[in-house]
Amino acid sequence: MIADERFVQISGVVKRFGKEAPALDHVDGDILGGRITGLVGPDGAGKTTLIRLMTGLMLPDEGTVTVLGFDTAKDAASIQASIGYMPQRFGLYEDLSVQENLDLYADLRGLPLVERTATYDELLEFTDLKRFTSRLAGKLSGGMKQKLGLACALLRKPRLLLLDEPGVGVDPISRRDLWKMVENLTASGIGVVWSTAYLDEAEACDRVLLLNEGKLLFEGAPAELTGRVADRVFKISGTTGRKREALAHYLDGDGVVDGVIQGDAIRLVIAPGFAPPEEPADTTGTAPSATVAPPRFEDAFIDMLGGGPGGRSKLAEAQTPFANEDGKPVIEAHGLTKRFGDFTAADDISFDIPRGQIFGLLGPNGAGKSTTFKMLCGLLKPSAGEGRVAGFDLRRDAAEARNRLGYMAQKFSLYGDLSVAQNLNFFAGVYGLSGERKRERTRLMVEIFGFGRLLDMSAKDLPLGLKQRLALACAVLHEPEALFLDEPTSGVDPITRREFWTHINGLVEKGVTVLVTTHFMDEAEYCDRISLIYRGRSIALGSPDDLKKQVATAALPDPTMEDAFIALVQGSEERQAAA
Amino acid sequence: MTTPAQIETPTSGRGRRFAALVRKESYQIVRDPSSILIAFVLPLILLFLFGYGVSLDTTQTRIGLVVEQETPLTRDLAAGFQASRYFSVSLGRDRRDFEDDLVLGRLRGIVVIPARFTADHAAGRHPALQVLVDGSDPNTANFVQNYAQATVANWERQQRGQDAGPPPAISAEQRFWFNPELTSRNFLVPGSIAIVMTLVGTLLTSLVVAREWERGTMEAMMATPVSAAELLAGKLLPYFLLGLASMTLCVLLAVFLFGVPFRGSVAALYALSATFLMPALGQGLLISAATKNQFLASQLALISAFLPAFLLSGFLFEINSMPTVIQWITFIVPARYLIPSLQTVFLAGDIWPMFLQAIAVMLLIGCVFFALAARSTRKRIG
Repeated sequence: MIADERFVQISGVVKRFGKEAPALDHVDGDILGGRITGLVGPDGAGKTTLIRLMTGLMLPDEGTVTVLGFDTAKDAASIQASIGYMPQRFGLYEDLSVQENLDLYADLRGLPLVERTATYDELLEFTDLKRFTSRLAGKLSGGMKQKLGLACALLRKPRLLLLDEPGVGVDPISRRDLWKMVENLTASGIGVVWSTAYLDEAEACDRVLLLNEGKLLFEGAPAELTGRVADRVFKISGTTGRKREALAHYLDGDGVVDGVIQGDAIRLVIAPGFAPPEEPADTTGTAPSATVAPPRFEDAFIDMLGGGPGGRSKLAEAQTPFANEDGKPVIEAHGLTKRFGDFTAADDISFDIPRGQIFGLLGPNGAGKSTTFKMLCGLLKPSAGEGRVAGFDLRRDAAEARNRLGYMAQKFSLYGDLSVAQNLNFFAGVYGLSGERKRERTRLMVEIFGFGRLLDMSAKDLPLGLKQRLALACAVLHEPEALFLDEPTSGVDPITRREFWTHINGLVEKGVTVLVTTHFMDEAEYCDRISLIYRGRSIALGSPDDLKKQVATAALPDPTMEDAFIALVQGSEERQAAA
Repeated sequence: MTTPAQIETPTSGRGRRFAALVRKESYQIVRDPSSILIAFVLPLILLFLFGYGVSLDTTQTRIGLVVEQETPLTRDLAAGFQASRYFSVSLGRDRRDFEDDLVLGRLRGIVVIPARFTADHAAGRHPALQVLVDGSDPNTANFVQNYAQATVANWERQQRGQDAGPPPAISAEQRFWFNPELTSRNFLVPGSIAIVMTLVGTLLTSLVVAREWERGTMEAMMATPVSAAELLAGKLLPYFLLGLASMTLCVLLAVFLFGVPFRGSVAALYALSATFLMPALGQGLLISAATKNQFLASQLALISAFLPAFLLSGFLFEINSMPTVIQWITFIVPARYLIPSLQTVFLAGDIWPMFLQAIAVMLLIGCVFFALAARSTRKRIG
């Protein structure tokens, strides 16, 4: 059996870029044949660097990487002859057709002409791209590009397949397809490295190397890691009323390592030796019930990092509450439609968000989330339909509406060349703060987010987690009624993500209304209601638990958000096909 | 387990990889509108600009003519100036009438026929003229001075003819070879062909290589068995051919549309152009390997290749009149060697000793660029 043969040995690897902390700091690990090894960690953990070291395109400053018996420093050519590598943007030529891309890589990898017809047939069948061979790669959807990238990497049956974040920017259905393909490959003895920031993907791998800030935290089977928190994870249901307040209460209790909202329930990780929390957390008198829940990779990761933050948000404590007097929705969308030429990016999207709720737009990249989002904060003019924020029509009173909303853009759009203090100052000015209020709010942000020592640092030099904090601080400086968050936790480490949601939960308790876009399925669980956006249309709307219930079957009694998404998309496609 | 499953003869694999890279690049050139724009549309615009828009010939230069004392003789000389097609003359009695206009740039020069002129002439002394020019524009100033002298010389010859006196012992007669009409288009158009090849060779090449880095395709290529040399060569050949195609288009237009004479041989034209593309492509590769970023690459290509080809090659400005330090710099500008040779091919014919020297120097510069580019394009990232 070829499986479990050590295909890659990483020993004592250090890689530095410039004077910063090393991108990889004394990392050791193995990649085995016939197995999917997950290279897991948040953005900036060192995943891409480690993959590049394995391709021989980069050399370690210290230590060695041995791939298929060859040292990467001495014999990169031999390694490159027997690996398949799919870099982050798939490495495709967008001006070339599917067939031309395949031909190019077949020539470069030296696939003999006699084998080509059979290989192409097999790969096109495998990736379901047969109908598209003459289409330009640039005109393929994200999922199809990813499959073509995989096909190109597989042309000459590699022994080791390196995939750098293949799951990014791809809808969950394509992601699942790809996963199945890769699993089939391992059956024939190919070793696969799959790097990812999604911890649910990590859970499905045979083995994982868990990286954080350049250090290896764990190597082994994911079950071994999650086993460490087994019997310490509880699902608390029945907290009628205000689940966010209940969560904050639990998080401040002794022995609580981590806690998140999961639909209507709360999920807690308890430190070893502590009893599961039993006291009623709400005032309605019904005692919530705690049941042991199966541990997840993320629970174990946070446990390993020493637990998440507490439940108090100083930001929320400083927030003046918004009274819910009239009961009118704060954000409304009525038939929002946006067309770009003959392409409809968003098609007849409607929803409304009452005060003090979180509403999520959930869907893969390119589905139309950001378009909808931008129409609602007045950045894009709808082709049809209308949007209102705090009662103001975005077409007529855009300025009034915008003064009442805080916007946190994708990738935390800050001014990279301005310092932390200058960014805060600038955004305070943009939102019309001045004098004593400006000084007070800025000072408060510095105190709450701990920017004290970083004030003179350029925003672009901040680590990702701090960038995200600064972006949030800039968005809430003027105490907005409505908060628009576009992929707010993309790529950040789970601790920072927890901290972020603690602030948001706190603000929501004070009556702030939140609209969030995300492609993280489990993040959708924080929302009171979500709309699933797929190919420009809203295919389902409801609370996370509602949506999951809709797709629950005897075979799958407790579906995840991703299961729900996939089932709902397939259902909507079947209805369309039938119509 | 440690060897790849199949080992092919290295040459056949190499040939096929190279062909695949060239084919890929060619598809991209044909399908990418920006390549066509830089290789064919931009050259056309440049050529039309230099063919029709820019002319260094000066006609009807405005001057002030001061006749301090009016006599039949001075009137006759003034008529000579007025009849000249090079000048547009305003007549006056006092130079002070024109001084302000000269300062304001309304006049390019003042020619003074002094009061003593008639007397000196009658006495057989060589009469003197005074020419005042605006030195802030040296080209025009020279021009005014030379043509004023020529006009006077012309007039003197006529005078002598009328007087039937003895001809002067020595007379210098100017004749312009190769471009007898001194049409600037005839040397601007061949020169602009060098500029066009710089655009294709350096700007376009640096852009497309930088694009591969930006889009991550370079990384994917490098992780295949292809070698760095194959990657580079596969990039260069298509753009080399594109550069020659672009040059051919320009030459055809120059000869058939602008009527620029072509007195040399096609062989010399291609030998020179092909050699010139070596340093141009090498520089493009070097820039993209060093920057890996399209925006920076385009800026660097414009400043380090395009502008020197324009300004430091002798195309528009005489190298001999540049400061010494700048003159040294011109020695490493490849266009400096191509442009005079091209002008010669067009206007004079084949002068192989000159061409061979230019070819040798351009090859040398090309080798230096390639060595530097190859050093920075290893199969390594970051």
